[in-house]
Amino acid sequence: MGRLQIPKGSLCRALRGALPCGLSSVGLASCSGGVLDPLGPVGAENATILIDSAVIMLAIVVPTILLAFWVAWRYRASNPRGEYLPYWSYSGRVEAVVWSIPTLTVMFLGGLIWIGSYELDPFRPLPSKVRPLEVQVVSLDWKWLFIYPQQGIATINQLVVPAATPVHFSITSASVFNAFFVPRLGSMIYAMPGMVSQLHLQADDPGQLLGISAQFSGDGFSDMQFQVKSVPAADFGAWVASVRGTGPVLDRAAYAELLQQAQRVPPSTYGGIDPQLFLAVANQQIAPGPGPQPGGPHHAGREVSTSGKD
Amino acid sequence: MLGKLDLSAIPLSQPIPLITSFVVILIAVAVLILITAKGWWPYLWHEWITSVDHKRIGVMYCLLGVVMLIRGFADAIMMRTHQALAIDAPGYLPPEHYDQVFTAHGTIMILFGAMPLVLGFMNFLVPLQLGVRDVAFPTFNSVGFWLTASGALLVNVSLFVGEFARTGWLPYPPLSETTYTPGVGVDYYLWAVQISGVGTLITGINIVTTVLKMRCPGMSFLRMPVFCWTALASCMLIVATFPILSATLAMLTLDRYLGWHYFTNTAGGNPMMFVNLVWAWGHPEVYILVLPAFGIFSEIFSTFSGKPLFGYRSMVAATLFICIVSMMVWLHHFFTMGAGPAVNTFFGISSSIIAVGTGVKIYNWIFTMYGGRVRFEVPMLWSMGFIFTFIIGGLTGVLLAIPPADFVTHNSMFLVAHFHNVIIGGVVFGIFAGLEFWFPKAFGFRLHEGWGKVAFWFAFIGFWVTFTPLYVLGLLGMTRRLQHINIEAWRPWLYISVIGVGILILGVISQVMQLVVSIRDRETLRDVTGDPWDGRSLEWATPSPPPFFNFAVMPNVEGEEAYWGIKLRAVETQQLSPEPKYEPIHMPVNSPVGFFTAFFTTVFGFAMVWYIWWLASVALVAAFVGFVVFAWRDIHEFEVPIEQVASVDRARRAAREALLEKLTRQEVLP
Ligand code: HEM
Ligand SMILES: [Cu+2]
Ligand SMILES: [Cu+2]
Repeated sequence: MGRLQIPKGSLCRALRGALPCGLSSVGLASCSGGVLDPLGPVGAENATILIDSAVIMLAIVVPTILLAFWVAWRYRASNPRGEYLPYWSYSGRVEAVVWSIPTLTVMFLGGLIWIGSYELDPFRPLPSKVRPLEVQVVSLDWKWLFIYPQQGIATINQLVVPAATPVHFSITSASVFNAFFVPRLGSMIYAMPGMVSQLHLQADDPGQLLGISAQFSGDGFSDMQFQVKSVPAADFGAWVASVRGTGPVLDRAAYAELLQQAQRVPPSTYGGIDPQLFLAVANQQIAPGPGPQPGGPHHAGREVSTSGKD
Repeated sequence: MLGKLDLSAIPLSQPIPLITSFVVILIAVAVLILITAKGWWPYLWHEWITSVDHKRIGVMYCLLGVVMLIRGFADAIMMRTHQALAIDAPGYLPPEHYDQVFTAHGTIMILFGAMPLVLGFMNFLVPLQLGVRDVAFPTFNSVGFWLTASGALLVNVSLFVGEFARTGWLPYPPLSETTYTPGVGVDYYLWAVQISGVGTLITGINIVTTVLKMRCPGMSFLRMPVFCWTALASCMLIVATFPILSATLAMLTLDRYLGWHYFTNTAGGNPMMFVNLVWAWGHPEVYILVLPAFGIFSEIFSTFSGKPLFGYRSMVAATLFICIVSMMVWLHHFFTMGAGPAVNTFFGISSSIIAVGTGVKIYNWIFTMYGGRVRFEVPMLWSMGFIFTFIIGGLTGVLLAIPPADFVTHNSMFLVAHFHNVIIGGVVFGIFAGLEFWFPKAFGFRLHEGWGKVAFWFAFIGFWVTFTPLYVLGLLGMTRRLQHINIEAWRPWLYISVIGVGILILGVISQVMQLVVSIRDRETLRDVTGDPWDGRSLEWATPSPPPFFNFAVMPNVEGEEAYWGIKLRAVETQQLSPEPKYEPIHMPVNSPVGFFTAFFTTVFGFAMVWYIWWLASVALVAAFVGFVVFAWRDIHEFEVPIEQVASVDRARRAAREALLEKLTRQEVLP
């Protein structure tokens, strides 16, 4: 869904196809996982803009590099053919060209930045006939909580979405900054305490994706990963049905436990939710996570993480 | 009595810091014993520690920077090897240690490695190039240096006593608030950076004043070497933005020490404000580093092409343009905060506009070589390596400045590759080019060329092998600062990167070898003329090393490229200018105030970190009293007698006669 009508030449398309596979086949890996291998419209636009602007700039940069090395080689001291012009240090015409090449490039890119920033504004809903799925996201120390208000369920470190359906994420944090990022779906955005960021994404096809935090958040940061499962719309209903009503309920008491720091938290689900919970977290009616708690051996000034060491 | 400090602050259970501490202390003790045994203390004290000579201070700055670069490089080796070993495995650094390593790496490399080197170059060169005898405030200068050293010392003490911050080199709240990071690590960071920041500000003020007020007769602004312009621009940025850093860190300090709420999660604190403020300093900071490097390259391209710099005025304009625009782009470090498309558009465009200034500079360097006689000696190799590397780094920088592209590359390994691309390719290559270029001026002998070339090639190839895989990893979705990894597809790239680090290690070894070999062969490498590279600016008019008063008589500048003009005239008329009438020179006396103050600020910082309030008060008062006592002194200059001035300058003129003969014989000048 080409929402962005700027150059999308066949070269770029070919490159986009070729790059990730080319790169990762060198790395003996399957063609998956990267931001150049998008599974949804937002990621596709991100990747197109990334590659198009790289190509535009390479068109200037490669000749410049070649020029630099050619000039240096041609005028090497040992080469009698390079004419010595010891006083040539100004030329209005060269100056004009020298200022205009980068200026023109940047004007061109400026247009792209302008259009792209508006088109890919994370707060902007995706144009689609399908009603978006609402997901509320809370980053905690060190896990992700996903609340499905329409379905009345919640999950930890596991995000299941119906394919080909826009998803509207409302994102906040109950401790420090994090960034919500699913590389193959595109645009990331910060999760910040006391604030709600909006993000609209969509997975076009079913698939298993990696989700991460892209903003360092402390000792358990590396394990702030979540599985993203894009499933056919019908399967999504079945999944919701299987979760709803089973297992624990995400009420204030259950949430209070989540606020405690913990590393390597396995995915899990809640069969019911407190519908006001997200709002209470976002406007800090419920106090943010308490951080590291005393316990474990005492070290002067040295912090000790609450969970086991690696 | 000792605040929070007790024996558990020593990392007895952690072998890596423990052994490192042990080795460092051993080396330090060995050095102290050597100095004592050889009786070098009086020399060190009078000639270096209390020296207010800008050249000595410049050299000490560079020495500090080089030592810290090596410390930071050790951290880098640990990070790259750890990550390669932590794929589906724990690796050898637990998170609480790994997080300190990357924080220390960033902090040390930028603030205690690159900054001292850049400030060192400015200190050493600006007065020489402007044809004056010292900076505007020589004693203040010494204070600035020692405060930077004080900060560096505190950072390194944290390795042995307590811990360092684990928040990243810019300690974003709320993570850096006491709720989430209660240990002393962030406090070490705050006091170390705060103290050295004051030192940097002092040097910035000093250089700005020197350039604006202290040029020799005839040295109008548009006759200054481009390095002086870049030093001026860089120091104006220091003066404009380091106070922002100081204020921001002070606010975080108040949060942490007094429970205030500037940036806390709750009670009305606004952590986003910290992010804005810290980058309002942080982005200009990268230009504070790279502008002087541009200046170094400008001098080298022109000298080694045997031509004036192409488009001098354009270069000056581009420098000032970058200086101003660099203060209007900070938000590109957090497009992903969701500020909205209008804001992102503004900062995206302003960021890419900087590339115009940089692009102009690159073309001007290329046209400087055009029509030249390019000599590929070691400084020139670094400069060519820079052109290639920096262009690519600029390209990826502009990519990151496009908000929708940054939305998928922010904080990724792609970003890590970008800034190393510009900082290593720009600043570090510039520093090494400059060290090769001006080493003979500072120490009187050249560096060994063969080892220099070997070091360059290892560094250049090693750089690309280390960082190209990081670009790929970023595009594969890998974020920065991961303590362990569970994605199999990333493995090969992490391994390649480690190979690159291996090559870089060879580069560092070659660089050390170059120094050792050069010191051994110093007699054959001796620079007797004072002008080893056929230079063009005034520092080459002095002997190598220059006398402490730099110039026996103030040069009289009659055009751009002051020294080149003098040389041309000498060759044309086949004689040096007539011997001047010597006069006694007044030079500032040495002062221990810098060392004294820094000693007490170190104690103060340490005491604050550990909540030893009585000691902190005593140290603060002592540091202040030092200043007051200094202000009361009556004698602040001494006179260099005519005979001494004359004899030094006659020796210089004799060397110049020989040089003149050689230049005439070789017909190197057109
Ligand atoms: C050609 C001009 C440049 C542009 C347009 C540019 C753009 C950017 C952007 C947009 C980011 C933030 C990306 C992100 O966090 O997602 C960034 C990061 C960075 N850049 Fe550049 N850059 C340029 C040149 C430089 C130079 C010359 C230096 C240093 C000498 C530098 C050093 C850095 C550093 C240190 C960071 C990362 C800091 C951190 O997050 O810890 N950049 N650059
Ligand atoms: Cu916010
Ligand atoms: Cu920046």
